[in-house]
Amino acid sequence: MVGKMSLNPPTEIPVAATLKPYLTAIRHTLEAAMCLENFNSQNVERHNKPEVEVKSSKELLLTPVVISRNEKEKVLIEGSINSLRISIGVKQSDEIEKILCHKFMRFMMMRAENFVVLRRKPVEGYDISFLITNFHTEQMFKHKLLDFIIHFMEEIDKEINEMKLAVNSRARLSAEEFLKRF
Amino acid sequence: MTEKHSFGVEPISCHSFSQNRQQLAISHNDNDVNIYNKSGKFWAVSGKLKEHGQRVTGIDWAPKTNVIVTCAADRNAYVWKLVKDEWVPTLVILRINRAATCVRWSPQENKFAVGSGARLISICYFEEENNWWVSKHIKKPIRSTITRVFSAYVKEVEPKPSSTSWGPKMTFGNLMKEFSSGGGGWVHCVSFSDSGEKLAWVGHDSSIAIVDAANDCALSVIKGSFLPFYGITWITENSMVAVGFDCSPKLFSHAGSEIKFVHDLDVPKQADESKMTAMSRFKNLDKKGTAGGDTLTTLKTQHQNTIMQVSVYEGSKAKTTKIATSGIDGQLIIWDLKTLESSMAGLKIA
Repeated sequence: MVGKMSLNPPTEIPVAATLKPYLTAIRHTLEAAMCLENFNSQNVERHNKPEVEVKSSKELLLTPVVISRNEKEKVLIEGSINSLRISIGVKQSDEIEKILCHKFMRFMMMRAENFVVLRRKPVEGYDISFLITNFHTEQMFKHKLLDFIIHFMEEIDKEINEMKLAVNSRARLSAEEFLKRF
Repeated sequence: MTEKHSFGVEPISCHSFSQNRQQLAISHNDNDVNIYNKSGKFWAVSGKLKEHGQRVTGIDWAPKTNVIVTCAADRNAYVWKLVKDEWVPTLVILRINRAATCVRWSPQENKFAVGSGARLISICYFEEENNWWVSKHIKKPIRSTITRVFSAYVKEVEPKPSSTSWGPKMTFGNLMKEFSSGGGGWVHCVSFSDSGEKLAWVGHDSSIAIVDAANDCALSVIKGSFLPFYGITWITENSMVAVGFDCSPKLFSHAGSEIKFVHDLDVPKQADESKMTAMSRFKNLDKKGTAGGDTLTTLKTQHQNTIMQVSVYEGSKAKTTKIATSGIDGQLIIWDLKTLESSMAGLKIA
């Protein structure tokens, strides 16, 4: 799969019907992309920078892959020799979901240190980005990191749906209370 | 079948054994090299080689002369000699402007080669009259995805070599041969077979490539569905073991111009999934919030993370009986190939 990553131009894998194959595709791509090694910066002495962020040399970057389920729901996976960036676009079908998603992501990204692999700002065009470096794969189990990302993606839809319901029912309740007066 | 030695949670970036396998040099992904002595079943720290200013990237313990060479990202190499139970370092100026990435002794142990990120190779040899290590550079446009065979003949320390099957011209730094496996992945590791006729290398495109100098430098490449390999070593003239991101050493064979995947050396025991009792189900619910049994933290393989290095532990490259692997999970595992071969059907070492 990595071989493919370094050969092909950015690929769009066609829309899948359900969530499961979408997540499976992401898991396999991540598995192949999460082959990281320690790599000291070639430009700044005594530094060690995530090459996917600094992009100091073309030779160190792998071809990015986009896996998309539909226009909004997509994942961009950018690999490099010592780091990997995963950017997730979350489903947003209406205004409420958009607001909820924005608020939710903002909440998490403000606490990015506590999430270790979370990036403080998403890559343009996506809602949330993770940055995994070789130090993370050394300290943590690779397969557990994978599980975390997939779990996150599974949960995020659920979470937003639940919040939407909660917001709607709360709005209905308060509207009822308010309208009782008339 | 396997002996597991754990050295804590820090990754083992590189290891090297002494000749009698009673001593072991390990770098735990930092600036120091630890020397361990074997005492019974365990390894006890007997010394620390503290001289490097940055992460150590390569260790090689010369079997005959009992001298250790280390290189690091601080662009230096040190040669360590044992004087009265103390390891005494000698600095080797490599004259490179990027990190040194790997180091190996020559078979005669009179010189060593250091690979580096500066796109050149330093060949270092000892100069008696000045009492220091001198480095000579092989400076050719080197790229990370191509394997090259260079002549490292240094006329100061050795007699003139006869022509080899890699080419007749043996002047220093002469590019003998150049190969590309075609995929364009970074080459992570190379290994010569015992006879020196075959050269194998592994790349980041999950490939293993072999050239056979005896067979007119025929190139054979295999790409499978495995993750990229990080290290490779020959264990007989026709077989090699590759390790890497798959966490399990894999055995490959080379015959004619074909490379074949033979078997995993690490075949996990089938876990009983039917044993999901009501008790464990509720325990899981209580502990982890899910009822499923797939919340295992440990991998089924013996190594729990990427394997960084594989080396011959017992025997020679012509006939290896035991190999050692070390990885990011801080474990060093010694695999007994003979018992593995007899215990697994389909695992035949050619």
